[in-house]
Amino acid sequence: MLFETLVLAQREIRRNVLRSSLTILGIIIGVAAVITMVTVGNGATAKVTADISKLGSNLLQVRPGQGHRGPGGARTKCKDFEMADATAVERDIPGLKAVAPITNSAGQAIYGNRNWSTSVTGSTNAFMEVRDWNLESGRGFTNGEMRAGKAVCILGNTVRNELFGGQDPLGATIRLRKISFKVIGVFESKGQSGFGTDQDDFVLIPLRTLQRRLAGNTDVKAVFVSAREGVSTSKVKADIEHLMRERRHIATGKEDDFNVRDMQEIASTLTGTTRVLTGLLGAVAAVSLLVGGIGIMNIMLVSVTERTREIGTRLAIGALEREVLMQFLVEAVVLSSFGGIFGIAIGLGAAAFGARALGVPFVFNPQIVLIAFAFSAAVGVLFGYVPARKAARLDPIEALRHE
Amino acid sequence: MKGVTKVYGTGQAAMEALRGIDISIGQGDFVAVMGPSGSGKSTCMNILGCLDMPTAGAYLFQGVEVGELSRDQRALLRRHYLGFVFQGFNLLSRSSALENVELPLIYRGLPAHMRRVRAREALDAVGLGEWATHTPAELSGGQQQRVAIARAIVTDPEVLLADEPTGNLDSARSREIMELLTAFNRDRGITIIMVTHDPDMADYAGRRIHFVDGLIDNGLSKDEVA
Repeated sequence: MLFETLVLAQREIRRNVLRSSLTILGIIIGVAAVITMVTVGNGATAKVTADISKLGSNLLQVRPGQGHRGPGGARTKCKDFEMADATAVERDIPGLKAVAPITNSAGQAIYGNRNWSTSVTGSTNAFMEVRDWNLESGRGFTNGEMRAGKAVCILGNTVRNELFGGQDPLGATIRLRKISFKVIGVFESKGQSGFGTDQDDFVLIPLRTLQRRLAGNTDVKAVFVSAREGVSTSKVKADIEHLMRERRHIATGKEDDFNVRDMQEIASTLTGTTRVLTGLLGAVAAVSLLVGGIGIMNIMLVSVTERTREIGTRLAIGALEREVLMQFLVEAVVLSSFGGIFGIAIGLGAAAFGARALGVPFVFNPQIVLIAFAFSAAVGVLFGYVPARKAARLDPIEALRHE
Repeated sequence: MKGVTKVYGTGQAAMEALRGIDISIGQGDFVAVMGPSGSGKSTCMNILGCLDMPTAGAYLFQGVEVGELSRDQRALLRRHYLGFVFQGFNLLSRSSALENVELPLIYRGLPAHMRRVRAREALDAVGLGEWATHTPAELSGGQQQRVAIARAIVTDPEVLLADEPTGNLDSARSREIMELLTAFNRDRGITIIMVTHDPDMADYAGRRIHFVDGLIDNGLSKDEVA
């Protein structure tokens, strides 16, 4: 009987193709909007997660504190780290894969008649390990270069492109803040970060070279630490905090004058944010689904009035109230389900397009497709019920007389 | 199968359509219901067709008191025992003749292939076998009425109720329809109750019931029309 009703319903719908398609337009738009929003949103979440893992998995950043505002608004500067701090971390804390002391500077890189303002990072080979940088060509620093502070550099992909174009930069000499550096390597490209900055726009030189020849001090601005696979980053974080308090002679009860940031914490915060945004957009889209449902109810009511004589005939012939109810209800559900199917197709198409336009991956989520379909069918039941009941309750005598 | 008896009466309503009438119609009768408009014959037909219920009095259909049945029970009674030919044909305009004739069988729960066979038989019986795929708009008035009759008899009903089956047709078409109805009455033993204004049509019937002002003028005789 249900199958019969389904066949009858689709026959009825096909008889009025234009109206049927206009009726389900609302549902199509609603479902398509939900699917697009959620799919693109999931893609954005996936991208943020991927970006953060590009920063280096299990990465912890140890930086000096911002200091306090003293009387008169002057900020007391917290003491920078020194090389010895990084060595101590590497020696005393268990479960670490690599420790990279880092100092940043900026400068103009010049090669021939081209120049490019970029940031200069001074560190050791461990930097590549903690930040997951791979060499596209060339080599890393030798121990001798790091110890002696030789003027050698490894270029980020952007800097290579700006200074050398298509040429091979290996062995060439560039000038950075009036000092000549020999190019010994080029990094693989990582592209934009989740925060929109170009990660490839930097030059890596040995830390000691930066300290001696560019900065003129022995400060270390930050220590990047990467924990070994399976080691709890919060445990490592606590250990580092303990060690640093000791080394920086912070009395018990006083606040840390440095901080240790766990990238996993940042990652979960950021993905949480995009997830909330996705949910919000999806909810807005769901409202249009509701509006689509009202459209269906409207047309079904018109249809009941229009087909009053038909309903009267059916009732007179011996159709039960519940059979007429079912007929109209099934018609509404079939309509809205069709809308759902079209909406899903269009939504996925739009999501694929949108994902490409926004540069986020296209994440197909079968769950949201199922939910959207079930929801559109439910809309049919919900908004088809009132017109269907109206049809079923008609008095056959009155209905037959209706013009 | 025992005879169909209908004893019935209504009264006291503000608009008294029927003012206490008694009729008895037997199995296999062909009855013409006549009378001016407003005389209560349509009300009577609605009650006979189990579409309406008497305000007072009793209506027994094959010994069952219809007034005590629920809406759904009456629907089932109509489904299994009655066939209707409505005044304005009341065919589903966007369905083919065959689909229209199949309609009552759908509610009887017949499988699709059985429906097809029986609907074709019914259309053949009214001489429209070749028009099965046409929609009502593509058929003439007489043909539409024959589709309506095919729809009414496809279920092999006990009783066929026809409300002015020839009302919209010229006399030649009317005669065809009447011969069709007479044949069903004679060959299949279907009880036919027919409303008509036309005494010529009423002549086909074996018996006339004449309504005047909600009363039956002379129930059992075959007298002249007023």
